[in-house]
Amino acid sequence: MQIFHRSTNTISRVSLFGAVFFIGILLWLFYDLEASPWTTQQNVARNQPLQFSHAHHAGAIGIDCRYCHTSVEKAAFAGIPPTKTCMNCHSQIWAQSPYLEPVRASYRTGESLQWNRVHDLPDFVYFNHAIHVNKGVGCETCHGRVDQMPLMWQAAPLQMAWCLECHRNPEKYLRPKDKVFTMGFLPAEDQLTMGRRLRKEYGLRSEALLTTCSTCHR
Amino acid sequence: MSDGARETGNGEKPGTQSRPGLPVYPPPAAMPPPDPLEPQPEVLDFRALALRRADERGGRPWRSLEELANTPEFSAMLHRDENAVALDPSGVDRRDLFKYLGASFALAGLTACTRQPTEKIVPYVRQPEEIIPGGHPLTYATAMTLGGTATGLLIESHQGRPTKAEGNPLHPASLGASDVFSQASLYGLYDPDRSQTLLYLEEIRPWPAFLGAIHAAIEAERAGRGAGLRLLTETVCSPTLARQIQELLKALPEAKWVQWEPAGRHNAREGARLAFGEYVEAIPHFDRADVIVSLDADFLSSGPAFLRATRDFSSRRRVGADGAGLNRLYAVESTPANTGAKADHRLPLRAGEVEGFARQLAAAVGLGEAGAAGVGPSAPERVKFVAALAEDLAKHRGRSLIVAGDGQPPAVHALAHAMNAALGNVGATVEFAAPPEAQPSDQLADLSALASDMDAGRVRTLLILGGNPVFTAPADFRFGERLQKVGLRIHLSPHVDETSVACHWHIPEAHFLESWSDARAFDGTASIVQPLIAPLYGGRSAHEVLAATSTEPERSGYDVVRDTWRPFLGGADFEAAWRRALHDGVIPGTASVSKNVTARAVPAPAPAAPPASGGLEVIFRPDPMIHDGRFANNGWLQELPKPLTKLTWDNAAIVSPATAGRHSLAKEDVVRLTVGGRSVDAAVWIEPGHADDSVTVHFGYGRTRAGKFGTGAGFNAYAIRASGALWIAAGGQIVKTGATHPLACTQMHQNMEGRDIVRAANVADFVRDPQFAHRLTKSPEDGETMYPTYPSDTHAWAMAIDLNQCVGCNACVVACQAENNIPVVGKDQVRRGREMHWLRIDHYYGGEPANPQHYLQPVPCMHCEKAPCELVCPVEATVHSAEGLNDMVYNRCVGTRYCSNNCPYKVRRFNFYHYSTQFRAPSLQMLTNPDVTVRWRGVMEKCTYCVQRINRVKIDSEIGNRTIRDGEITTACAQACPANAIVFGDLSDPASRVAQMRKDPRTYALLEELGTRPRTTYLAQVRNPNPALPEPVRRDWPTSFREETGQL
Repeated sequence: MQIFHRSTNTISRVSLFGAVFFIGILLWLFYDLEASPWTTQQNVARNQPLQFSHAHHAGAIGIDCRYCHTSVEKAAFAGIPPTKTCMNCHSQIWAQSPYLEPVRASYRTGESLQWNRVHDLPDFVYFNHAIHVNKGVGCETCHGRVDQMPLMWQAAPLQMAWCLECHRNPEKYLRPKDKVFTMGFLPAEDQLTMGRRLRKEYGLRSEALLTTCSTCHR
Repeated sequence: MSDGARETGNGEKPGTQSRPGLPVYPPPAAMPPPDPLEPQPEVLDFRALALRRADERGGRPWRSLEELANTPEFSAMLHRDENAVALDPSGVDRRDLFKYLGASFALAGLTACTRQPTEKIVPYVRQPEEIIPGGHPLTYATAMTLGGTATGLLIESHQGRPTKAEGNPLHPASLGASDVFSQASLYGLYDPDRSQTLLYLEEIRPWPAFLGAIHAAIEAERAGRGAGLRLLTETVCSPTLARQIQELLKALPEAKWVQWEPAGRHNAREGARLAFGEYVEAIPHFDRADVIVSLDADFLSSGPAFLRATRDFSSRRRVGADGAGLNRLYAVESTPANTGAKADHRLPLRAGEVEGFARQLAAAVGLGEAGAAGVGPSAPERVKFVAALAEDLAKHRGRSLIVAGDGQPPAVHALAHAMNAALGNVGATVEFAAPPEAQPSDQLADLSALASDMDAGRVRTLLILGGNPVFTAPADFRFGERLQKVGLRIHLSPHVDETSVACHWHIPEAHFLESWSDARAFDGTASIVQPLIAPLYGGRSAHEVLAATSTEPERSGYDVVRDTWRPFLGGADFEAAWRRALHDGVIPGTASVSKNVTARAVPAPAPAAPPASGGLEVIFRPDPMIHDGRFANNGWLQELPKPLTKLTWDNAAIVSPATAGRHSLAKEDVVRLTVGGRSVDAAVWIEPGHADDSVTVHFGYGRTRAGKFGTGAGFNAYAIRASGALWIAAGGQIVKTGATHPLACTQMHQNMEGRDIVRAANVADFVRDPQFAHRLTKSPEDGETMYPTYPSDTHAWAMAIDLNQCVGCNACVVACQAENNIPVVGKDQVRRGREMHWLRIDHYYGGEPANPQHYLQPVPCMHCEKAPCELVCPVEATVHSAEGLNDMVYNRCVGTRYCSNNCPYKVRRFNFYHYSTQFRAPSLQMLTNPDVTVRWRGVMEKCTYCVQRINRVKIDSEIGNRTIRDGEITTACAQACPANAIVFGDLSDPASRVAQMRKDPRTYALLEELGTRPRTTYLAQVRNPNPALPEPVRRDWPTSFREETGQL
């Protein structure tokens, strides 16, 4: 006796395969979305209260990163310059520019400028700029060509997989310490050869230690 | 899951749960089967049971009377896991549970799909030179005053926000150690219930309005040369405040200054006057004494310099292989306390009998005239004790020390001074110096005079600078009532408290971290009290209020303090010397010089008091955690388990097991305690080792106006504390009311099921067998493990804890809480075993309950090399670090709690609720350590060995291209420890202190037989009893183990 119609066989096969693929596709979609700039905000230029251009200051004029980000070599936080730093120059040049009124207002009133944070790690991640800069990780490696960004954006996804990529293979990214603040650095020799040498020279810890959870999470 | 029903935890009776404070979390759905936490109706005869059980147990230690009696309820509780979920068998069945689990698991995944909201970065406008955001915190030296002496502190400040207190190594009262009060002072600073506005009759007024009122009052007083003006302060040890008061008294000579410290050292002060005819401060040198006798003195957890005393005392508890160098401590004690717990011989005596004992001892050491006349016949064991003790003292002339407790009458202090003199200890183990107090006085007499002046209407203006006299004054003074007869009442205090509401003016007092002042330590060393932050609520210091009484233009506290020190610190170089004093936290050359004093004849015994007609003796003591009540609203201190009793959030009427049996009392019974015609209802706590026919009540609880945490917690022991019997009252009556009051005690939480956890031996046994701690268990053969191996070429962080040094002061626990953003959970949650402290101090008893030995053991995470927790985590949220740390990754944790289930040491804590929401209060937000994650609900957490400190030093050393020095990294617990019991370091460096300590023969690991290879190890305790004085009941404990195991 035939209870089910013959087509049931096909339907059941299709639905079995379909289920596998459907779930697979869902997972893939989910994974891709999670890593996409839609979630990470990678490459999305952020609006700021003041149209500050890194392209102009760091690129065109060539001000060193550390002129403003003073604590990058000694603290976890690279440092956002106080209004006073802006006024060092802008009390002399562009001193009357209407664009810079928020800066002058801040200096006058003592109210801080409030910038929108571009590189924002979750609160359970303890990133330290000082140790990276001191071990030959260039600004550019994580922040991209800041000297070409009129408004700042995040050049990297800043997800853990991306962090681990370097923590597992730092030699792919290391550069000489005197080139850390250089934009558009091109190594004279093969990156891997140089990276391996620098890794030894700078005494980087083992991969096991660099990828230990408590290195970044506590 | 079938185990879920074991933990019920739903024990509150309607109406008995009066715990104010934290948000009340919803209880589980319905009433479960009988709760082991609930008071048991049956009253056990612990004495009989204990004697039988002590024999059966072969001297093995125990943790509670219930364990000793081995009741069925106890076994039920023993098998309870604090971190197990409270399941209700009648509501949700297994099938539904899995459905909910599945659904919540699926939904939990979705919570990952969030985009972070945009954050703002707010830079400075003009960045202060030294502050580097995200850089190292700055540290400033200051000092905290408590009870009329100061402790030097170093306070950590993150961008102007003080977050953590440490001891100042240069300060003589600290030497780098800190106590629970200074650690918790940060919580006091950010307490959301602090008074925020100046009030006149509970209405907000501006400061100039107060200035007008005080000027008018002072002007009115000028006519009578200040006859109607009274000044009431706490014990003053600030030279500046004293100078200001003297100036005021010079201008108004008829005015009077009264000091009142409810937990003050009145007896010690009067005892010194009795012995020497003048006020002098005895400065004991515990490090120089071979034999120490404590006459009801808890010198390891109270007193003017107990941190120093602990450091000095425990420096003599280090033991070499030959057993030499150990001191010997005899404690005669009424209420069990830390000092008795560390004693080699402890004699429980009613507090009122200690004087008789002291006279017997004085006679025995050759002070004939002190004679035991008037002291009745005593038990043979006491006679033997006195004889052996006197002999030991005679053998150690010049190397012994006798100290008397603050709760003992002046005669006992005088006897102690006389005995020290007779034994040649003066100048050797004890020195005398001028008191650090600005004006030592008979505070009780002064306060009594003030009360009668108020009653007679002779007081027109009363300026109360700090303190809470309406709450703390002796009950017979009827202070609150008489205060109403004063024309103008002004009160300066940090909270709107019982006294504030009885006064016209309430001025919010600035915290010591908000104001300038100065203070003297026990030896006279002065420190500048330096503020770390501007007053959060516009509070004023006592200096500023006093400055307002003068006709001079208003002056800031800073100017007033500098004026005091300008002559002392030299003219031309004043700025440099001032900056140096601020930097160091001590002013050089201010310590008192030792004084030569001669003890007078020992006072004749007071006329023998009539025997207290069958009544109980009531002993009054300040609460070990909230002191005289001033810290009642401090959540950290409220939740800190009190030493030995391990009670939290409450005080209790503490009695011995025998007394409880005589009065048919069980724990948590509410009794009406009557003494001197006054009574109070109190919950009973039975504490082994308490003197019989005696009941201890801690004052400080029962506040009616303290704040969210303090109001309504516990009972008010001040209500029965009269001026005639401030410390010891005879003739107390105890009557059961039939009610019960739930108490939150942590003694039986995180239980390790009676395995051989603490190990101890007498020194003779230790010398005979230095390896005794290892005989008890056998660790698995090396290499025999199923667990993966980890690299061995890096740092290997480890901790060693010397049980011989630890005095159980709790400083480590609260230091850990401050460092690691550990939330307060409230009494209800503590009763369910959910306190979040990462570090606990386990307390074991040995011997019979009448006078047990105590063993104290701090238990942090063991950081096992082969950690059982790691293998069972389904999401790898707890994993091993390359340096041997057992890491906890909060953002991975999904809250299965398998790790806790599999942890043999029960050191993991689970966030059952969103406890950390308390840090959202605007002021408490500022308390958090920015280097440590604030944990979310549903996340497991535990000791990390302060990995944030490790990482900070590691990064510094790598940037500086240098190796890490031993001792450069220290954990919060080790840094706070006054006893130097905790040592942290790198095991891979064979020269490190921790590596050296691990080589000590006394080293053992907890539950070594499980093969977990803990990185935290212990050094077994070695007692130094007098061979002439066999321990009354205790059999030699390791020996009995050896007999049991057949080894050796």
